[in-house]
Parts: sequence; structure tokens; C-alpha cells
Amino acid sequence: MLDFPPWKITFILLICAIGLLAAVPNFLSDEQVESLPGFMPSSKVTLGLDLQGGSHMLLEVDSEAVVQERMANLEGEVRDALRGLRIIANITTSERTVRVRLRDESQMREARKAISDLAAPVGEGSVLGASFSKNIDVNTEGSGTILATLTEGAIKDRITNAVEQSLEIVRRRVDEMGTREPTIQRQGADRILLQVPGLQDSGQLRALLETTAKMTFHMVNESADPSRPPPGYMTLPSIDTGEMLVLERRARLSGESLVDASVGFNDKSQPVVNFRFDTSGGRRFADITRENVNKRFAIVLDDEIISAPNIMSPILGGAGQISGNFTVESANELAILLRAGALPAPLTIMEERTVGPDLGQDSVDAGKIAGIIGLVGIVIFMILVYGWFGLAANIALLVNIFLLMGALSTLGATLTLPGIAGIVLTVGMAVDANVLVFERIKEEVRGARAPLRAVEVGYQQAMSTIVDANITTFIAAFLLFQFGSGPVRGFAVTLGIGIITSVFTAVVVTRLLIVVWMRRYRPQRLII
Amino acid sequence: MLLRLVPESTKIPFMTARGITFTISAILVVASIVLFFTRGLNLGIDFVGGSTIEIQTSETADIGEIRKLVGGLDLGDVNVQEFGSDTEVLIRFEEQPGGEEGQKAAQIKVENALKQDIEGVSIRSTSFIGPKVSGELARDGMLAVSLAVLAILVYIWFRFEWQFGMGAVVALMHDVILTVGFFAITQLDFNLSIIAAILTIVGYSLNDTVVVYDRIRENMRKFRKMPLAELLDTSINDTLARTIMTSLTTLLALGALFVFGGAVIRGFTAAMIWGVLIGTYSSIFMASPILLLFNLRQTAFSDEDDGPGQNVVMP
Repeated sequence: MLDFPPWKITFILLICAIGLLAAVPNFLSDEQVESLPGFMPSSKVTLGLDLQGGSHMLLEVDSEAVVQERMANLEGEVRDALRGLRIIANITTSERTVRVRLRDESQMREARKAISDLAAPVGEGSVLGASFSKNIDVNTEGSGTILATLTEGAIKDRITNAVEQSLEIVRRRVDEMGTREPTIQRQGADRILLQVPGLQDSGQLRALLETTAKMTFHMVNESADPSRPPPGYMTLPSIDTGEMLVLERRARLSGESLVDASVGFNDKSQPVVNFRFDTSGGRRFADITRENVNKRFAIVLDDEIISAPNIMSPILGGAGQISGNFTVESANELAILLRAGALPAPLTIMEERTVGPDLGQDSVDAGKIAGIIGLVGIVIFMILVYGWFGLAANIALLVNIFLLMGALSTLGATLTLPGIAGIVLTVGMAVDANVLVFERIKEEVRGARAPLRAVEVGYQQAMSTIVDANITTFIAAFLLFQFGSGPVRGFAVTLGIGIITSVFTAVVVTRLLIVVWMRRYRPQRLII
Repeated sequence: MLLRLVPESTKIPFMTARGITFTISAILVVASIVLFFTRGLNLGIDFVGGSTIEIQTSETADIGEIRKLVGGLDLGDVNVQEFGSDTEVLIRFEEQPGGEEGQKAAQIKVENALKQDIEGVSIRSTSFIGPKVSGELARDGMLAVSLAVLAILVYIWFRFEWQFGMGAVVALMHDVILTVGFFAITQLDFNLSIIAAILTIVGYSLNDTVVVYDRIRENMRKFRKMPLAELLDTSINDTLARTIMTSLTTLLALGALFVFGGAVIRGFTAAMIWGVLIGTYSSIFMASPILLLFNLRQTAFSDEDDGPGQNVVMP
């Protein structure tokens, strides 16, 4: 156990040197790190949001809304298909099923075929295996009713798409705010984790995230009674004038066709939002306005009418203007939202944690002070109890801290406040392996073994205990990492890495130091 | 001369005290369970949902005034307390009706009221946990603790005999229950980081227990004819210096963290300090004596040996 051939010593020193180098950037300012030569590592430990300040938000995509919208579309498709065949039916939707009751039962076969034709393959069905699954199941009930049900696969597919799309929209909106390095990740089936470092006030972020910003253009039916809209129509309030208007349920155009939106002012110097459609959207907008001169159309944002102007003349250029009750700020916010695009479904903030940068800095300082005081206490204590051996253990302990910092920097792990606690705890426990060995050596010395032999036997005997003790703690750290979230995970990371580095330094580095020392001075008697 | 914490060789008869220590532990465990059900834990927003807002005032904060201000907003149960220093205040209020939306609206209302009515206030941090997430966090926390105990049981079983595995788990349960009892008595905020603390206590206590068990196993091979109770005493005495030394260094680090580490992690470090004390106690007075109850025989280690008289039956 005490045999250290030169290659082994070189190897151990090399690991220590790499660890030290990797830890160095953490003790330098950003400018100093910049000026380091190229071969030096330059990554620092990433501080968690609780240490550098920022907002952490967990958002959930409203999957029920996604499904409901899909059902509304399906109902529309069924209606259109049957209308095309001049089949008259009573069509209702409940939960995941569109129910079609035919007036004339003899049209059953024809109607069923038309509805079945609406089904499309879902997901990426393999071309070789004929495992295409359809997005709707068509069944009959009795002699005159057809049921079109959305399949589980179709629902899952929709939700997945909606979440992916939301992720992209959230990214664009957060980028528009000009924040630095936000983290945006998908979590679980329908959630999005958003972390924005250094954000002082989360209010604006909240406002941006909670608006769906779904903009649609509908024709207004001015002859209908708002309290009883005919089938295929809906009544919505206008935030501009306060009146209730009856609109076609079907959107003639949607915000997806927009390519740009910006704040401007109209001739009365009121803030407005100018927008431009893409080519096909512009063409459709031209057609609609040409066919509906002197009629009103409504611009609807998230189920509220922002304005419902009269079409004076056809608009051919593909550009338009929304005027409503805007302030410059609200016009700007709407422009951002329109530029970034609409969310496919509303987002709900499930969890939010915001830490101000001052508090973060205070925590870092407190952690540093606690760490240094704890460390100094342990260093003094070890020397008092174990003398030279304690000194060796202390050197190993310092190496351990560097290795731990180096490992955290290199792995890109995030250091959180509980993570600092993890480091301090590792420091407390790191000496344990040495204590185990030293107590064994003491016993051997008492049993009148020769010094070198006592050290050797001490290490041998303590080894299995050290392994058992550390593996069990490592199991706890691993489970914490698996099931913990946020700061707890940070704790698990430092504890887990700390166990590995502390076993290495306590067992290997200390032993090397002691062996080198004993070879040199050949003590006749061990004072321990 | 070097400092000696424990005399060179001790012969403390730990096993004779087992009647007393078992009784003490049993009382503490029962008391913890009773307290858990009667007084309950002060569950943090991580587990019950709700909001916390930490503020800093320019002068000494008037807790009463803040309580009156926030209490007047009709938010149900509001808790206002000093947090770390007399210019720092933690405001916490329970889950509001109306799900995530309602909760957030309430939080904004409190923030605005504070900014308006209190001179020079700054909001240091805010947290809001919706009902759905808090349920999941509580479930995951329970899962993590149970799985950790189970995994450790399997590991010890694999490395030692089943009696050791059972002994370790009894000691662990003892530690976990007493830690929960500690939180029921102190009414410290029981949040997600406390789950982390409990898991670390589990790891630490086990570490201690394993060290003693390792020595027991070794001594069983060495002293085949020694009665079990005496053998357990010898093993605990052999490892006593190490047990105390490691507890002290860990407590040193934790003590520094408790005093200087700031209010945010004070609950966490308090739990850890308690856990280290309890874990050390349990590995000496619970984990080892319990092996006597589980009828651990030395036959387990002497199968290559022959002849009767090797078996040590429980006294």
C-alpha cells in the first residue's frame, strides 16, 4: 500500500495540477481570465439564480385548451365537408367527440365516407411497418348518428406540437426583452422551465408570458342579435368601444401571417400598431377587403376585440394598422407580442422564484465567510489532534477544495446556496477518511508495530470502512439528484462530486504525503 | 503533546445501558410521532403552496405595521417575521382561492401595497408555488427519502448480514423521525431544503453506523469466543475516538454555516446539526445494541470453521 513508483506519483500530481488549474479562473476577475494564455481553462463555476439573482419560472401549457381548439376545428371541418355534399345534419361537440345526427338516414354511407376522409395519419408512422394510426376514429351509433372521436395519439401529438411551439415563442419573447442568457427547457409532458438570470423585476416577464397574443381577423355580422348569435357565430366584447359584436366564428386571417409589427402614430397622433402580412396573407387580406367594402371587420386579440373598423376601400399592399385605446407602452407590448407570434395555448405560471441580485451577493459572501471559518477551525483542530499527520490531512483538504471547484467549473455544474452548504459539509466530512486511517495507525502504534508497518496496516484496515461509508453517502446524493429540483439538486451535485474528490485526496494524496515524509525522515517513533 | 479527546483505550459498557437508551429513544420517537400529528409541521410553501416575499427596509422594520398592512389585504393567514436581521422581513401567506391565477394576483397586490406604504423598501426575493407543483414536490420528497432508505438497506444487506441491514434501517428511521419531531417542536419552516437535510442526515448517520458495523464484523472474526454484548462494547469503544472526532469536525463546519451562513439556510443547518448529534447517538446506542435483539450469531462468519462452542447465543 505504501509503494509509490515514480509513475504513480506523477499521475497523482498531474490530477492535482489539472484540478488546480481548472479551479484558478474562479479566483480571478473576468478581465484577468480574459488575459490568461489559451491553454488555461477559463470556465468559472456557474452561480445558481439564488446566488446571482434572477427569475425561475415553471410554466404549464394549457393542454385542455389545445384539445378544445382542435375539437372546434374538427367540428368546422365536418360542417364544411357535409355542407359541400349538401347533407343536412345536427352537429354537436362534447369532450373528444363530434356527434353528427343526420336528418336523412339514407345519406349515412356518403356522410360517413366524407368524414372518414378527414382522418389523417398521425405522428411518424414507419413506412415499412404499416403502423399508421389515424387522428380520428369514425363510428356510428344507431342508424343516423356518426361519431368522430379524436384518438389518444392525435391528442398527444397536438400537445407535443403545442409545447414545442410555445417553447419557441417564449424564447422569442424573452429575447425581445433583451435579457442575458436565459435558459428555456421543456420539462415533462407539458411544462416549460424558464430561468432568466439577473432580472430585477419579474412583473414585465409575467405580463409577457401570460398573454397568448392570438390575433385573428373576423367579419362582423351587424344584423344578428348579440344575445343570440346564430350557429357558426360568436359574440365578443370590444375593449375599444365597449359594444358587443357578433362575429363569424371562423377566422378569415390570423396573426401567423404577420411578418412585422411596430409602433407608430396615426394622423391624430395616437399610438397605433402597424403590421405587415406575408405574401399569401397579404393577398388574402386584399381579397377579403375587396369583397367586403363598407362592411366591418374585427381584429380580435385573445377573445377581445381590439378594434372593429369599417372597410373603406380594398387594402392591397398587405399592410395595415390597428388603432385602439393604446398608450405608447401598451402599443409597444402588443407589437412585441405580435412579432414574437402567438402562443398555441395559454401558459400558466406554476411556480416562480425571484431573487434580487443584492440578496444573491449577500448569500455568496455569507457562504464564503462560513466556509473559511469552518475550514480554519478544522485545520487547527486536525493539527492539535494529529500533529504532522493532521498537517498532511489539511494539505489534502485544501487540494480537495480546489479539485471540487475545478470539477464544478469543468462540468458546468451550477453552484447554489445549498450547494455551498454541500461544500462546507464535504469539508467537514472529508477529514473523516483521514480520521479513520489515523485512528487505525494509532492502534497499530500502540500495538508496537514499526512506524512504516503501522501506517501500511492502518491504511489497509481502514479501506473497506472508507469505501462502505462513502458509497452509502453517495447513494443519498444520487437519489437527491434524481428526485430533487432546483437548489436541492445543486446540493446533491456538490455533495456527490465532493465525495469523490475527498476520497481521492484523503486516501491517495495524504498517503503520498505521509510516505514521502517518512522515507525522508525515517522516524523511529510515530507521534500521532 | 497532542490533544486527546478520548482516552487511549476506553472500556465504557454501552450495552448495559441499553435498557435506558432504548427507553429514552422509544419515548422520543413516540413523542415525535404524537407531536407530528397534534402540533404538526410548519410546512413551507414548497409543500402547501402559497407565496413568500422577503423585503429589506432602510430602517428597523416595524413588524407590527407590516403585519397590519398585509393583514388588511384579506389574504387569510399571513405570517410576518424578522428574517436574519432587524431590517429584513419575511412575509408569507397561504394559498389563495382561484388557483395559480389567484395566487399571483394576491402576490402582486402585496408587492404594490408594500412599495406604496413603506418608505425605502426593497423586495429581496419572491417565491410563489402553485397548488399543483407543491403537491408534486411533496410527493417527490417523500419518494426520495423512502428510496434512499430502501437503497441503503439493500446495500448494507449485500455487504453485511441481514441483521446489520435491519439495525441500520431502524437507526435511520429513528433519526428521521426525531428530525421530524425536532421540526414539530421548533416550528421551523419545513421546506424542500429540509428534505435535502434529512437525506444528508440519513447518509451521515449511516456513515457512522457502517464504521461501527465494520469493526463489529472484524472483531467477530478476531474474537470468536467473546460474548456478543462484550464484543459490541469493544467495537464501539474501538471506534469511539473516530466517531467523536468526525462529529466534531462536521459540527465545526456546520456551526460556522449556522452562525455566518445567512438566514436563508439557517433552518437547513439547524436540521443538519441536530441530525449529526442524533446520528452519532443512534449509531452508538441504537444501531449496535439492536443487533442483540436480532439474534446475530457469530456462526455467520465462521462457516469455514468447525466445532461447536463457536456460536454465541444471545444472553
